[in-house]
Amino acid sequence: MAKIRFENVKKGFNDVVVVKDLSLTINAGEFFTFVGPSGCGKSTLLNMIAGLEPVAEGKIYFDDVLVNDLSPKERDVAMVFQSYALYPHMTVYENMAFPLQMKKADKDIIDNEVRKAAALLGLEELLKRRPKELSGGQRQRVALGRAIIRKPKLFLMDEPLSNLDARLRIEMRAELKRLHQELKITTVYVTHDQAEAMSLSERVAVLHQGEIQQCGTPLEVYSRPANIFVAGFIGSPPMNFIKGKPQGNTVIIGIRPEDISVSNKSAKDSIEIVVSVIEPAGSFNWVDFMWNDVKMKGTGNVEEDLMPGKRAFINFSADKAITFDYITGRRL
Amino acid sequence: MKKTGFYLLLLMVVLYCSGPLLWQFITSIKPDAELTRIPPVFPTEATMGHYISIFKGHPFPRIIINSAIIAASTTILSIIIGSLAGFGLAKLKIRYKTLILGFVLSVSMFPPIATVSPLYIIIRALGLRDTWLALIITYTTFSLPLSIWILTNFFREIPDELYRAARVDGCSPFQAFYKIMLPLSAPGFFTAAILIFIFSWNEFLFALTFTSTTASRTIPVGIALFPGLHEVPWGDIAAASVVVTIPLIILVFAFQKRIIEGLTAGAVKG
Repeated sequence: MAKIRFENVKKGFNDVVVVKDLSLTINAGEFFTFVGPSGCGKSTLLNMIAGLEPVAEGKIYFDDVLVNDLSPKERDVAMVFQSYALYPHMTVYENMAFPLQMKKADKDIIDNEVRKAAALLGLEELLKRRPKELSGGQRQRVALGRAIIRKPKLFLMDEPLSNLDARLRIEMRAELKRLHQELKITTVYVTHDQAEAMSLSERVAVLHQGEIQQCGTPLEVYSRPANIFVAGFIGSPPMNFIKGKPQGNTVIIGIRPEDISVSNKSAKDSIEIVVSVIEPAGSFNWVDFMWNDVKMKGTGNVEEDLMPGKRAFINFSADKAITFDYITGRRL
Repeated sequence: MKKTGFYLLLLMVVLYCSGPLLWQFITSIKPDAELTRIPPVFPTEATMGHYISIFKGHPFPRIIINSAIIAASTTILSIIIGSLAGFGLAKLKIRYKTLILGFVLSVSMFPPIATVSPLYIIIRALGLRDTWLALIITYTTFSLPLSIWILTNFFREIPDELYRAARVDGCSPFQAFYKIMLPLSAPGFFTAAILIFIFSWNEFLFALTFTSTTASRTIPVGIALFPGLHEVPWGDIAAASVVVTIPLIILVFAFQKRIIEGLTAGAVKG
């Protein structure tokens, strides 16, 4: 377990700034996620923590020890990669044993640890297989096994679930959460999938163009987004934005589709619109409609007899709406 | 019908390619009297005479040993240096990689005939004339571009994440190289090794220039300088050529599977 502290960390490649002046503390034992669209600098950050990428400017501390000039080996971190990065010429057993062998651990200890990790991840039957004989989910487990085996100070995960199919991804999400609760090792997770970030993390940092837009618990970034970018990035489907002048000044008003209810019955304060598309989501429907020439999305009850092209009424509570400055995009 | 045509075509291609080798073999078993007859004829009776005479009349075994040692040393040296260079160029942070690779390649573009005289002066100044070392150094220099290029491409095929995983798992760059990258690029090594071995085994110009006695003379030169009494000993030359081709054929067949893997690597993902 380690606490990580970034102090004014900067990084660029060939004049392109990838990370702009980042300062941040990740608490010991925390599950922390960097989330952002591709190219936002999140993988670069992870590589800098691992020691695979030099820090151009600024300082990174693990528990108040400056690690800028330490090699990956000296930093004692474990990393899980998007492509799993299992060693193809080694069996599952050898793959998991490798980090301990590099530490020159005793053979009996290695054997013991590999078997323990295999039991934790349900890999006992597969120890003699090679990576190419495994399914995607199994490979992912082996990669996790290789990471947890030496009880590192820190887990780094670089989009570890994005090569899995949707069902397996949800399964592995729960598995990751369980592992974290059991091992309590500080985990830094990187993903472009906001749903993954929300469901896994204790805190998330939303990154965009090399800058942290907002850092907080999943609930905070969801319900009190710091700016339009965070509001549009977190939550699926994305928030609706409308330009308006409630008190004379132009502002952007954001409201989430799940906070707009679409009905074919008029109620107090409801607004009349025309439904354009209906997407069933099982227990409810996503309903697209046009309002003042802006395409918006809301939710409709499945029992409601909504039809594309027909009129309906929308309703939302004003305190769910978030206003943003028109020019800076910040939440007001 | 279609199939017959296909095999006929195949046969023609195979005959065309193996023609020189076959003719060499036929020549090697012809009696002396029929060797230079015009038009050429097939031997009326096969003779092993030439095969016996190359091992009797000439220091042929010694020449084969020279060639074997020179070719093997060149191959090993070139692979060691080439793999280290290739690994660095493929996986480490080095500036001007393309420029370096281009420069390396340009070395192999000089026609040997243009470099042979200055090289001869250097070799003589170093006191290496007529030694194995003279040829090993020269061949290594000329085969390095090949091995660096082949091996760089092989290391490039290996995903970056594997190298980074090895680093995070506690490897130094060199440990990552020999524990992870080396085993994974074995086909590349076989491919490069066999090509370099064949090049060193068959090279003529430098071997002719830098050697003067059987102490270091290699096979191609040895065969070319077979002494004849009144005429060129075609029969002996043919027999010797056939004999020295055999090791190469065995080598290629032994590693055939590996080489095919090597030449097609990257085409299909494992």
